[in-house]
Amino acid sequence: MPHRPPHTLPTADPLAVRATLIAFAIAAFVVLFALPVAIVLAGAFRLGLAHWAHAVADPATGAALRLTLTVLAAAIPVNVVFGVAAAWAIAKFDFPGRAAFLTLIDLPFAVSPVIAGLVFVLLLGARSPLGPWLVRHHVQIVFATPGIVLATTFVTFPFVARELIPAFESMGTSTEEAALVSGATGWQTLTRVTLPTTRAALISGIALATARAAGEFGAVAVVSGHIGGRTNTLPLALASSYESGDTSAAFAITTVLLVFAVVTLAVRWTVDHHSRRR
Amino acid sequence: MTSKPTRSVTVQGVTKLFPRAGVVGLADVSLHVPAGALLALVGPSGSGKTTLLRIIAGLDYPDTGAIRVGPEDVTNTPARLRGLGVVFQHYALFQHLTVFENIAFPLRVRHRSRAEITARVTELLALMQLDGFAARRVTQLSGGQAQRVALARALAPHPSVLLLDEPFGALDTEVRHELRAWLRALHDDLHVTTILVTHDQDEALDLADHVAVLRDGRLEQLGTPAELTTHPATPFVEQFFRTHRTRSHSIPWPDRTSSAQSPPPSSSPLAFTRNKIPRSPRQSP
Repeated sequence: MPHRPPHTLPTADPLAVRATLIAFAIAAFVVLFALPVAIVLAGAFRLGLAHWAHAVADPATGAALRLTLTVLAAAIPVNVVFGVAAAWAIAKFDFPGRAAFLTLIDLPFAVSPVIAGLVFVLLLGARSPLGPWLVRHHVQIVFATPGIVLATTFVTFPFVARELIPAFESMGTSTEEAALVSGATGWQTLTRVTLPTTRAALISGIALATARAAGEFGAVAVVSGHIGGRTNTLPLALASSYESGDTSAAFAITTVLLVFAVVTLAVRWTVDHHSRRR
Repeated sequence: MTSKPTRSVTVQGVTKLFPRAGVVGLADVSLHVPAGALLALVGPSGSGKTTLLRIIAGLDYPDTGAIRVGPEDVTNTPARLRGLGVVFQHYALFQHLTVFENIAFPLRVRHRSRAEITARVTELLALMQLDGFAARRVTQLSGGQAQRVALARALAPHPSVLLLDEPFGALDTEVRHELRAWLRALHDDLHVTTILVTHDQDEALDLADHVAVLRDGRLEQLGTPAELTTHPATPFVEQFFRTHRTRSHSIPWPDRTSSAQSPPPSSSPLAFTRNKIPRSPRQSP
């Protein structure tokens, strides 16, 4: 019998194969993730922390950050309500057109964000059929915050629903029936049983939607009209400062966006870790 | 805390079709459970016993027929307003809540006062011999413990009727026998009208005052355990309980009169004492 080291599983591949695969994975990680992040951070802090702080504190950056936070504060709650409603309908009921509805939820993923933005411009812009009525009533949607919120909501719509549908389906109906016969109303069943049971999926969906909403460029670029200090979100401000050659401002904004990404991943990791431990 | 009087249950000509499966779920089933009695619904799988229980609970609706709880027609009353306690086959406990909060749930959704909830849950924990388990997560419970939490949750709002779907189905034989005797003692103590679904003839004959035998959605016979074994109405009923008589000899299970006096086997993980709850002699119907 040939000698085998005790820690080697029968299914384990030869050392050479394992080493190659691991090396490849590490190389891909370094080239695609670590290196770009390092370059951005190096660029942002190249002229020192004070210079970075100055760039971040720039009024235009501040306005962009405020607008992005405003858009998030409006788009994410709307997304949660729509996402929960859509997931509930799809997972819990069988209705005509259910399969079509399930496919339509993914439409924002399938369609280019630029088209998503364009749709709202064509639908609600000054030259649209609705345009004259909106102008008469002094409602500005396109080239203003409401338009950005609409486009962002559209683009990030699938995240919450997509995370919740499998969670709703896998929890089955018995605990909800238990809640009903215990005397709970439909609303109490949703808020006290269904959503707490699927909390990990909900938080995960919110985190993903938030990250995507904060970073959305294409759809927002079309509806916002790029009005510096007024309709520039962080990604738009990043693009315009880069195009105008202000690389240190661009790098500074990038670090702010990176914070969003890190927070998102941290939230997801915490939820995953917590739910697995239970 | 006001204790609601227990009520009879009447099933009147209930028919339920499952159009998709192309089968009859229940065909013109009528039965009556007197207030305070324990009825077992037995039959092979697919005989419609769980469907009937769900219709009584309000989780399913009959195509024709009516359900009465006491004098009241509840056929069109939503499940949450029927005031029944239900124990599901796999308990359906709320995984995100503690034992205490699971039992408190029916009271919380009724907006009962904190003091009342604490008092009632503490009382039920003691009744179920679950003292000290209040803060446990339900994922940390054994099958028998989870079963008793589910029973406590069902009893919390003082239901007028208790419905149990295969309450011992997921437990191993030893625990089943323990709980069977214990549940009978509990029933004798609380006198809540109870309908129990089981596929196990032994369980039905051992536990129930009345047994309803279902087959292919039809009621074959309704009677006391003695009537069913001595005067089976159909060959099917006879066949169904013949296996019981031959099988019951091979199962070393102490009969009910002796189990009241003798302590339970101490090796059992569920060493709660059967004789803790005063057991009244079974009234013959």
